[in-house]
Amino acid sequence: MGWGLGTAAVVLVVLLWELARPHLRSSIGRAFAFVAARRRGPDAPAYDPGRERRAEQRARELLRSCVEEHEWSMYRDLGFLRVWGGDGDGGEAPYAYLIYPHKPIVAYLPQTGELLNEYCVEFPDHTRPYGSARLPDADDVLAKWMALNADERGLIGEANMHLPGRQVDPDRVGGDLARLARWERERAGRAPIDGQPGSVRAA
Amino acid sequence: MKPGHGEIVLAEGDVAVPEQEAELIEAFRRELDAGMWAAVPTRSSAGRREAELVKSFDEVPRDAERVIFFPRAAGGCSAPAA
Repeated sequence: MGWGLGTAAVVLVVLLWELARPHLRSSIGRAFAFVAARRRGPDAPAYDPGRERRAEQRARELLRSCVEEHEWSMYRDLGFLRVWGGDGDGGEAPYAYLIYPHKPIVAYLPQTGELLNEYCVEFPDHTRPYGSARLPDADDVLAKWMALNADERGLIGEANMHLPGRQVDPDRVGGDLARLARWERERAGRAPIDGQPGSVRAA
Repeated sequence: MKPGHGEIVLAEGDVAVPEQEAELIEAFRRELDAGMWAAVPTRSSAGRREAELVKSFDEVPRDAERVIFFPRAAGGCSAPAA
């Protein structure tokens, strides 16, 4: 009799546990989320896995609205921008820059493809409003484009200068210049480009 | 421009309306005080898209459609990247 009652009690407890477990799990999960939110503080934004992607989309739209159409196409298709340097323009520019997102600006000679220097420059936001000091990729490119365009000397003076190859693989840059030349030939074959075939020059 | 967010509209207004201009000036100063650079997208005489860095609200062209604030440039890349 005692064994029977004991067994029934054990079965009853197991059944009740199985029934209550989903509710307990969600309650504990909510409690943990609440604690995590409290630890982050009331002003800290909650983790959002889509935020970076949306930020990049917004940044690309902003970049597109600021640069020439062919420059936007260059970035969209090739992943970098070229800016003419000095007082030159197009084929007459004495040198040019390649702007990569979150990589050094690479200066090179357009006539020969010879790499000149790498200019390491960042745009860190120390307020870290969203947990990171890094701008979205397209924003980083636009910041470099605007700064080079408006104040080439100032930006280059601010940057850390290195010889080619320290940060960016010269073979990769060579490949990118070949891709750029091919891309421009294809575009020139498709439709005439308004004005010079290149980017605006740096001031 | 903000890390993790991209473009954020800080203030909007018409510089011809004194109250709105005051708000724009306040927002401009706040961003520069926070260490941001301000750039105005412009067009050259040849019609090319360019940009101009401005250090005071007076330098912003009256017909400018927008001012873009972004973190001040600093030398970086202390360690070789991949």
